[in-house]
Amino acid sequence: MPIVVKIETCNSCETCIESCPFDAIVLKDGKAFINEYCNACTTCLTVCPEGAIIDKPDTTARPAAATANLADYKDVMIFAEQRHGEVASVSYELLGEGRRLAEQLDAKLIVVLLGADEAAAQDLIRWGADKVILNTDKSYEQFNDDVYSEALYNIIEEYKPSIVLAGASAIGRSFIPRVAARLRTGLTADCTSLKIEPETRCLLQVRPAFGGNIMATIVCPDYRPQMATVRSKVMKKGKYDETRTGEIIKLSGAAISSATSVIEFVKEVSELSVDLHAAEVIVAGGRGAGEKGFKLLAELADVMGGVVGASRSAVDEGWVPYCHQVGQTGTTVTPKIYIACGISGAVQHLVGMQSSDIIIAINKNPEAPIFNVATYGIVGNMFDIVPQLISSIRNIKEN
Amino acid sequence: MNIVVCIKQVPDTSEIKINPETNTLMREGVKSIINPYDLHALEAAVAIREEIGARVTVLTMGPPQAEEALRDALSRGADAAVLLSDRAFAGADTWATSYTLAKAIEKLGADIIFCGKQAIDGDTAQVGPETAEFLKIPHISYVKKIEEIKNNKIKVHRMMDDGYDVVESSLPVLLTVVKDLNDPRYPSLKRMVTAKIADIVRMDKDAIGADEDSLGLRGSPTQVRNIFAPPVMTEKVMLEGSPEEQVESLIGKLREIKCL
Repeated sequence: MPIVVKIETCNSCETCIESCPFDAIVLKDGKAFINEYCNACTTCLTVCPEGAIIDKPDTTARPAAATANLADYKDVMIFAEQRHGEVASVSYELLGEGRRLAEQLDAKLIVVLLGADEAAAQDLIRWGADKVILNTDKSYEQFNDDVYSEALYNIIEEYKPSIVLAGASAIGRSFIPRVAARLRTGLTADCTSLKIEPETRCLLQVRPAFGGNIMATIVCPDYRPQMATVRSKVMKKGKYDETRTGEIIKLSGAAISSATSVIEFVKEVSELSVDLHAAEVIVAGGRGAGEKGFKLLAELADVMGGVVGASRSAVDEGWVPYCHQVGQTGTTVTPKIYIACGISGAVQHLVGMQSSDIIIAINKNPEAPIFNVATYGIVGNMFDIVPQLISSIRNIKEN
Repeated sequence: MNIVVCIKQVPDTSEIKINPETNTLMREGVKSIINPYDLHALEAAVAIREEIGARVTVLTMGPPQAEEALRDALSRGADAAVLLSDRAFAGADTWATSYTLAKAIEKLGADIIFCGKQAIDGDTAQVGPETAEFLKIPHISYVKKIEEIKNNKIKVHRMMDDGYDVVESSLPVLLTVVKDLNDPRYPSLKRMVTAKIADIVRMDKDAIGADEDSLGLRGSPTQVRNIFAPPVMTEKVMLEGSPEEQVESLIGKLREIKCL
């Protein structure tokens, strides 16, 4: 264990116990004791008033299992997912991010596309790919964990990318972990920021932890590739360049046989469903809105070309269906404008919307935590403010 | 039929707050619970036992105090409980955790392995699929309905972003489940009494025959470099005045940044 407590210096003040995000410090025989949950994040080192917790240098060598020739791994690879032949929007966002990383590393940007056609591959090149590895075989059209894992594993083994990015979608989150496990390398889920560390050229992967209560920077120094998933709407699309050219490498052959098979796909579109992910404007209400308030919010959403969102308590009250719920147990959203009306701003709600570009908070209580994340705050009654806002915007749009 | 349910003891993250002065987590009084998704995994296993007969073993990796979560699971219907605990497991990331769980499951033997879709503290959703990979068995993520188990096959509904797939798999298989699957039962009083005194099987690194280079912090490809408080919006502007004035200045701001 690299993090250790100097028993003779510890004065049992318990400051470290509270600070530990991993619940890894307990009091044992009256002194702090670091247990099995420790992730060596070193937070406790910074809070201990006595300096009694130290990061003991790891004297053992790199693990024998570590990737042998790190320098052989160079490029940036993106897994572009398709569903029913159409490339998912998150893949274009990854291309924007991947392009940036590839340029910093002076490396190529390689995209893997399974089960789509050559036109889709061309499009990916225009969005920034240098090479697209394409297999158009029908056996890749349906998503299958075994089949996709095997294909991507083999491609990574051959091309040896330094970084592999995939969407944190139902597909990516299901099979990418299998690929990482087989490659014996690290995978960081739901990254919100990716950077290259100049000195080490390692990928710094930032992600929320503890339901978004804190952020963690994750590194994968001794193993390659460095793998990460990113949720949709977190990264920005790159530039589309009609004239951009690149190489399409066609793989042939059908997928391996698998122990699982998809018998049918059932599309679920409820008339109540709302695309919070794609919305550029979300007008959300909470407990302070009430059933009447949501009618107003729907009107505001309508004039702004947006959709209605809601806090968990508004959904629990039955004012709006669950599909509108924003937050840890609902949907994570990143619209351009998020208007929170009558929402106090519980942590579970904040983590689902705090990455929005502009947050407008309208609340009667000036102490409401929602104001901590707001770009613009209005202390007031939403029933006074929202109708005004509706008519003002309507005026602007009409003129 | 043998069913293993993997559970994790987690802090109730919805109760965690940040100390604004020190930017550290305030965990005082936050209780440890079974990861909520894992309760749905356990319920699915117990329901299968009631319908077609099975032995349900609940498995967790953690420090000795994780025993509490196992006893809670026993009171909710599990037949047996296994605690994977060893100082060498400390600091494991999802790769090393999955490796360790898979080693234990190999020893226990299982036809179906259930996991919650993700843990509410880490939210990675990686341990289920990675464990299946180490076991070299198929897995199905985001299961929201189990249609049937027959002739060594299972048919389930897998939630996708635009609907659901009906997926069939041979056994053994690992399933990660979502909350739509079922409503977990509460602990029964009778079971709570027996769970209190039930034997918990303990396994360490030797018991599962693990390779030390693949365990804990040392075996983990990823490392936590640092943790920090989420950035706070510093340019917050409070709009003052009457409702009319407030709306007017808001419209002005939005036009300024070309959002209107």
